[in-house]
Amino acid sequence: MSEVPLNDSKLVGKAIRRREDPRLLAGRGRFVDDIALPGMLHAQFVRSTVAHAELASVDVSAVLEVPGVVAVFTAEDLELGDIVAQLGRPLSEFVPTAMPVLAREKVRYVGEPIAIVVARDAYAAEDGLEAAKVSYVTLPPVMSEEAAFAADAPLVHAEAARNTLVDVSLFATDGIDGIFDSAPCVVEVDTRTGRQNALPLETRGAVAHWDDREEQLVLHTCTQIPHQVRTVASRCLRLDERAVRVVVPDMGGGFGQKCVVGREEIAAAAAALRLRRPVKWIEDRKDALSASFLAREQHYRARAAFDAEGRILALDADVVCDMGAYSCYPFTAGIEPLMASAEMPGVYQLPAYRVRGRAVTTNKAPTGPYRGVSRPQYVMVMERLFERAARELALDPVEIRRRNVITDFPYTGVNSITYDPGSYLESLDLCERSVRAEGWYEKRAAAAAEGRHIGIGYSCFSERTGYGSAAFAQRKMKVVPGFDISEVRMDTSGTVTFTTGTMNHGQSHETTMAQIVADELGLDIAKVRLHQGDTDRITYGFGTFASRSITIGGSAVRLGAAKLGEKLCAIAASRWGVAPDEVELAGGAARRRSASDVLTYEEIADIAYLQAHLLPKDIEPGLSVTATFDVFNDGTFSNATHACVVELHAGTGQVEILRYVCVEDCGVAINPQVVEGQCRGGIAQGIAGALFEQVTYDAQGEPSATGFMDYKVPTAHEIPDVLIHHLETPCAFTETGAKGAGEGGTIGAPAAVLNAVNDALRPTGVELDDTPITLETVHRALNGAPNRELSA
Amino acid sequence: MNTDPVVTHPRLQLITLDANGEQHDVVTEPRRTLVDVLRHDLRLTGTHVGCEHGICGACTVLVDERPVRACLMFAAQAEGARIRTVESLSEDGGGELSDLQRAFTDHHALQCGFCTPGFLMLAEGFLAERPEATKEEIREVVAANLCRCTGYQTIVEAIDACATARRGACVTPCGGPDSKEH
Repeated sequence: MSEVPLNDSKLVGKAIRRREDPRLLAGRGRFVDDIALPGMLHAQFVRSTVAHAELASVDVSAVLEVPGVVAVFTAEDLELGDIVAQLGRPLSEFVPTAMPVLAREKVRYVGEPIAIVVARDAYAAEDGLEAAKVSYVTLPPVMSEEAAFAADAPLVHAEAARNTLVDVSLFATDGIDGIFDSAPCVVEVDTRTGRQNALPLETRGAVAHWDDREEQLVLHTCTQIPHQVRTVASRCLRLDERAVRVVVPDMGGGFGQKCVVGREEIAAAAAALRLRRPVKWIEDRKDALSASFLAREQHYRARAAFDAEGRILALDADVVCDMGAYSCYPFTAGIEPLMASAEMPGVYQLPAYRVRGRAVTTNKAPTGPYRGVSRPQYVMVMERLFERAARELALDPVEIRRRNVITDFPYTGVNSITYDPGSYLESLDLCERSVRAEGWYEKRAAAAAEGRHIGIGYSCFSERTGYGSAAFAQRKMKVVPGFDISEVRMDTSGTVTFTTGTMNHGQSHETTMAQIVADELGLDIAKVRLHQGDTDRITYGFGTFASRSITIGGSAVRLGAAKLGEKLCAIAASRWGVAPDEVELAGGAARRRSASDVLTYEEIADIAYLQAHLLPKDIEPGLSVTATFDVFNDGTFSNATHACVVELHAGTGQVEILRYVCVEDCGVAINPQVVEGQCRGGIAQGIAGALFEQVTYDAQGEPSATGFMDYKVPTAHEIPDVLIHHLETPCAFTETGAKGAGEGGTIGAPAAVLNAVNDALRPTGVELDDTPITLETVHRALNGAPNRELSA
Repeated sequence: MNTDPVVTHPRLQLITLDANGEQHDVVTEPRRTLVDVLRHDLRLTGTHVGCEHGICGACTVLVDERPVRACLMFAAQAEGARIRTVESLSEDGGGELSDLQRAFTDHHALQCGFCTPGFLMLAEGFLAERPEATKEEIREVVAANLCRCTGYQTIVEAIDACATARRGACVTPCGGPDSKEH
């Protein structure tokens, strides 16, 4: 770990301005709804109005009578293959279920698509929806974990007994019960977290058309995983993969929700194929809130044993994730329980661990990944356990963490994961120093003396990033993401085009990855251009998720640039009759080390393409190379400590955030300003989950949140400024030393906020363990307090 | 299947819109919103749609210089008014980004960029009305719109820096409109 040095001649490490910005600021971005094709039609979906029912009949005859409607298709009309996500686990651990593109025979949540209406404009398509007549034979909806597990529970999927899709027990240390029996301190938490929407501000959407000349379906869609959408589209539509081209325009956020294959994008493609006309589907906000992919509804029953000095001895956790009606592709309903089970010990030196992780299926919109995936939840549970133990043992909450965080690296945990070096203790210390330096402990004491309620809370965590094929294979996924491929090509003008299989949706890849290539080749960044998000231009990729873009994609990009650099050197060396290692690259040219000979890249490219007869026999014409990168160990861990200071207002129950401090370590920051942006944005989303956002359902399965009036997304009023400190522990095995930085903010924030609220509630004797922390809960806690003036 | 998409016309009307100083004749249904006409009829796609119920502010444009949710207004209601969209900001500068836009890039006030045109027009309208706005007042106004990427801090800082620089430029013209670094 060191403070960050700056190498003036290099772009990596510098906060250069983003290359994406000019077009986005000028209103010249191109998002999917900005695409207009000649003859384009507009689609919307007839959706289920009940949570659980057999479909008695779907009568769409009147829809065609609606002015402007061109066509309407049901599942029967389209005969599409189902979307099926698989894990390579036995049936006792994982039950595969099919998600039809349009509902057949049964509906399983309010909002499930039943028919696609295609019309001359979006207004007429909406008109058409109202003319559809769907008859349901309603079934009792399964609306909670408890209802799902009940012995006589109705089954959401007939093949999934007790509505259980995933039931895995990954770890159970021998003798763990004995540890709990004899431990001087055992604490428990029972924590539930609310169902959330990742909520990209751009809703999902697609424009599909058939290209006769290429004999290809072209699907413009805002997805984080273009190649996986291509695979599913080709399977559902029964086309060769070659005959599907997925193109991703500018994307207005994703955060995981666009990291799964949507039924609607496949249905829109099917309609375009049938009609041989372009079809656009843009999800409205109501559907985005209620019928897209949600996340985060989890229930933890966890206990931890500590010795008298506050060292953790054992952790026993039972995790149930409410995954809603379907398994998402490619991750399956295992995404949340498997993540929680594998990684829950986190930053702590834990000797004994037992965990059971389950996914239940309910009559709610399905669940997909959302920034952090389970880590915001299990970090919150771990941090609650440590806070509770600190209270029992009368230890300072920071001190108990200090005694438990991993300090010797590499560290192989009880969860069989090897953690690469990080700054767990250093970040904790620096964070506490930062809070103390601003006098928050004194302010807390002064407030208490006045009968006000200020609390300070911390969270301490690491985040596995750079999952390679090996790490994902351990999850037993049938689609094992991991490697990435980059092609780097120089044209005759000496400018470079390179590709990545990752998929930017706000992370600044056009800037950060170009910084890497420009440095590697000694080339002006203006002459370096990234391409991504086109399955015809990109050989293959797994897209952007799990903070993998810079770690994996950025490494492939650097290797590709280095390979191109070797060829440039080889050509220059051949012209000078020297060995390639006599040549170095800088300033857009090859230079002979011990002489003044210079060949510009333009001159070398001229030889490689236009004067290829000058090349020696062992050098192929052209300047195009491909490199791949994968990680063959357990990945690299970013880490951070967050601190949050809150004041609770007794009159309203409001939780006001007075200060937020983040000490982060993501290894080498390619662009520190971009890293800070990821931290701040992530923290905002974590605060949103901690204090505001939740999708609830009534007993019939009707979702509460169908608009922003019912789903509180925090604004600049609620989200505080964040003070960020950087530490840098470079990763030893990514090509740039970078670790992932995309998710940490979201992971750390709920725990820090909840701990701060509990610290402020200390005089009341009330401790809260669930999120979101509502006004009512805080109000009740403060006003039910026996003597809140006596806070000390 | 009805293969002819234009069999029955709903009632249409001819309206004239003044968008970014250009007059546009548009034949439209009365129910069509201003944002849909701007985006799909006039192809001014810089203005975005995030919720269609007036909360997120991604569709914010200026109507007679005041920020308006273009999803809550019918296009016909904007007849006779001067509409300004994000496209006008850099056009006015001959294609160069304006000082406000440059402040956004300097402060990393955008990530995915989807909400950005709404914040730009909100700020453009607000700063024109209150050039002396304090940072806290700017924060109040920024709270009118939603951003899911940035956490808002850098948006507030960008607008504040732009406002500060503009005030400075009034006193000392040599300073130029460059944004202040923090």
